Amino acid sequence: MATTSHTLGSPGISLAINGNTYLVDADPQTSLLTVLREHLDLTGSKYGCGEGQCGACTVLVDGKAQRSCITKVGAVARKQITTIEGLAKGELLHPVQEAFLEVGAMQCGYCTSGMIMSAVALLQRNPSPKESDIIDFMDGNVCRCGTYARIVSAIQKASKGIAAATGKGAGL
Amino acid sequence: MSGREFGSGDISSRGQTVELRSTGQAMASVPTCSVSTCAVPGSAIEPERYELAAGAPYRFDLDRREFFKFVGAGVVVFSVLKTGTAAQESGGARGRRDESLPKEIDAWLHIGESGKVTVYTGKVEMGQNIRTSLTQAVAEELRVPMEKIELVMGDTQLTPFDMGTFGSRTTPTMNLQLRKVAAAARDTLIGLAAAQWKTDVRHLVADDGKVKDPQMNRSVEYAALTKGQQLTQTLPEEDPLIPAANWKVAGQSAAKVNGREFVTGKHRYPSDQKLPDMWYGKLLRPTAFGATLVSVDAQKAEQMGATVVRDGNFVGVAAASSGLAEVAVAAIKAEWKSEAQPSSKELFDYLKKNPTEGRDPTGDGDRYEAGKVDPALASADHKLQATYMVSYIAHVPLEPRAALAKWDGDNLTVWTGTQRPFGVRGQLAEAFRMPEDRVRVLMPDTGSGYGGKHSGETAIEAARLARAAKRPVKVVWTREEEFSWAYFRPAGVMEVTSGVGADGRITAWEHHNYNSGSAGIRTYYEIPNQRIVFHPAKSPLRQGSYRALAATANHFARESHMDELAHAIKMDPLEFRLKNLKDERLRAVFEAAAKKFGWGKSKSVPGQGFGMGGGYEKLGYIATFAEVHVDRKSRDVKVVRVVTAFDCGAIVNPDNLRNQIEGSNVQGLGGALFEAISFENGKILNGRLSEYRVPRFSDVPVLETVLLDRKDLPSVGAGECPMVGLAPAIANAIFDATGVRLRALPLVPDGLKMG
Repeated sequence: MATTSHTLGSPGISLAINGNTYLVDADPQTSLLTVLREHLDLTGSKYGCGEGQCGACTVLVDGKAQRSCITKVGAVARKQITTIEGLAKGELLHPVQEAFLEVGAMQCGYCTSGMIMSAVALLQRNPSPKESDIIDFMDGNVCRCGTYARIVSAIQKASKGIAAATGKGAGL
Repeated sequence: MSGREFGSGDISSRGQTVELRSTGQAMASVPTCSVSTCAVPGSAIEPERYELAAGAPYRFDLDRREFFKFVGAGVVVFSVLKTGTAAQESGGARGRRDESLPKEIDAWLHIGESGKVTVYTGKVEMGQNIRTSLTQAVAEELRVPMEKIELVMGDTQLTPFDMGTFGSRTTPTMNLQLRKVAAAARDTLIGLAAAQWKTDVRHLVADDGKVKDPQMNRSVEYAALTKGQQLTQTLPEEDPLIPAANWKVAGQSAAKVNGREFVTGKHRYPSDQKLPDMWYGKLLRPTAFGATLVSVDAQKAEQMGATVVRDGNFVGVAAASSGLAEVAVAAIKAEWKSEAQPSSKELFDYLKKNPTEGRDPTGDGDRYEAGKVDPALASADHKLQATYMVSYIAHVPLEPRAALAKWDGDNLTVWTGTQRPFGVRGQLAEAFRMPEDRVRVLMPDTGSGYGGKHSGETAIEAARLARAAKRPVKVVWTREEEFSWAYFRPAGVMEVTSGVGADGRITAWEHHNYNSGSAGIRTYYEIPNQRIVFHPAKSPLRQGSYRALAATANHFARESHMDELAHAIKMDPLEFRLKNLKDERLRAVFEAAAKKFGWGKSKSVPGQGFGMGGGYEKLGYIATFAEVHVDRKSRDVKVVRVVTAFDCGAIVNPDNLRNQIEGSNVQGLGGALFEAISFENGKILNGRLSEYRVPRFSDVPVLETVLLDRKDLPSVGAGECPMVGLAPAIANAIFDATGVRLRALPLVPDGLKMG
């Protein structure tokens, strides 16, 4: 995938995704999820329900978790969008990705991108969440395989890892 | 196959029952498990109703020389099945013309000149993590690091025939076969090294991808041994497998082999597949189940630049974007005709009043009699009769059905999420009236199935549209389509009548199941007089396989009834079960779970209740203990703690096993507490995620798992059995907390209704 894609003809919508700028020829009413998957081949964000009920499509828009299936692409032009593909720095995984691997917090993995993006948003807002904070924040994300308890553990592990790395006390 | 109804596939549709398609000799070897001769527990395979489907004959066209041209030089070991239970699910009949390669292959393993190991199996990965556990099995016997092994799975062109990935069969059959294959490959390599060094094989050992001669202090890499070789070997009759007690790689927790692909979003699921020039397909759905098309006007859709297909009841479009396909299909004016159909309100009554002909394909599984039930019931000290019900529920795999189809002349290739790639190949061949060897189905690791992806509707839809559009077409179902046009776990009615003596011994047991299925219908309690009958019924909805399927319904009825009986004679429910239970493995899980749970402790808070359920299913043994809290004001029922003890023989991957057990309990929570499909007159009324509640983070209890690792016993599957004890455990705990006996699943879709 080229870092920048330009479409000739119509003026298009400018999107800032994972540090790249894309000019996309799409109806502003199109969902961000469709643009990510169909136009940009960023298929890490998943379709699960189309009504913001499962969280599989979660991306960060200006650092906040947003359901891309019910986000119109016209509404996020020029905002900073991060998808699962933009989370790792080269080969270096984000601590939340690392924690999901270490804990084994997945089965089929289809919800994993959305879970990780939601967890990243949570930890940015609250670096040391209590278990109940995690459950409250993550309750809009569905894992049909039922790995919820492991996902909570992974988020707690990532929280401690981030705290240790930044020199702050680990929250419990 | 059940008729020619579009996409009706292998499962029961509108009351039609499954028939085995008797092409080829594969099915001739299906062992029918006659209940009178097949002891339960401990029986071999118990194929479930709604789950059976015949496989297409496997054709392995390559001769030996061509074969090595394809895989590259090296050493190949074929797993060859002769007869028995495994042969019905993998391998199967083929043998068309003279071949130098063996027939009846169910898997094979290739060690290339670089030392890379590639294993070919028709099984598929959908979250149960068999890609990892099968890799462990091969690594163990072949003595190579796991990262040197690649599994090619579920590709009808590259992998041997496999009936499908269901019924918890992968571990008891394929895992064992691959261990044997890997062991044979290891011994072949040792033989090559012995020949090279002119020494006896007894001096040599295999370790870390090398053959070593400890006495002479020399070693040689597998890669060096395979270089320039074109050796094939068939699995020997007697094969020395490493006993589970000595396992080093198997038996240990191993992380998902390609986990990094998933946490980075790189893994391409079926719905993520893309080809150059690909279009997007969308179907026009009927207004009700079974509706027929009266008229259609697709002029507007065509004017938008979409390709429109009208072929019988099939109406669909393909367009350059999914948005355009959606708009185009919405612009089609169609008139449908449908007939009045039953609704969920009258469901259970309907199932009892609408029996159908037909038998369970497993043979005598529909009916079992022992002793004399009627006189035993008449003379029992206590007699109890109760009726239990389970609703239709939906699988809701988070990845809906998806397929990408591509035609090259008369050849068709389809990437799709299915548990039965070979079955879908057969459906495609049938739908398009073409030979199977012109169809290739590939199954990229998919976003779960739970028994819900046995059929090939989406593959056929994509292929039909691709043929018309003359380019590749992808169809991804919406969640609403998945809810309405897939199939459901069968609903059912269970009637149990029992007699028990004053001493607590059960003397008579009569169990009738209407519609939901005969899996798990036999009781494992020691009862001299039994009558057990499965009654097929006309199903108002399309129904099919589901994780643990009918075993959930039958265990719910049986284990609830056991609790009712225990209370009727004022005996502790655990003591009552153990009194009537001889099977040592089942006793062991009940006792282990009871110990961990602290069974017998007194209640500490108001509204607290304890209950248990357990049993035997898919060769595994389960006991589940649940603690609930019932809020008397709000009538909310919260499951706060679940303790599960499980025995599935020698454990292959403890962490993944725990993951599967936890997942079974969480998914089982939905069907136990609140999941139910509501329908009326051929329409689903709650077919979207905002209207159909599935378990979420806030529903999850504390989950504690006790694993009974039986290294002396064969490994069996674990994806389904752990589910069956949960619903009765919760129902029994609710009774313990409130005195309210709930006999229908889901138990509390709208909170607890008390008296």
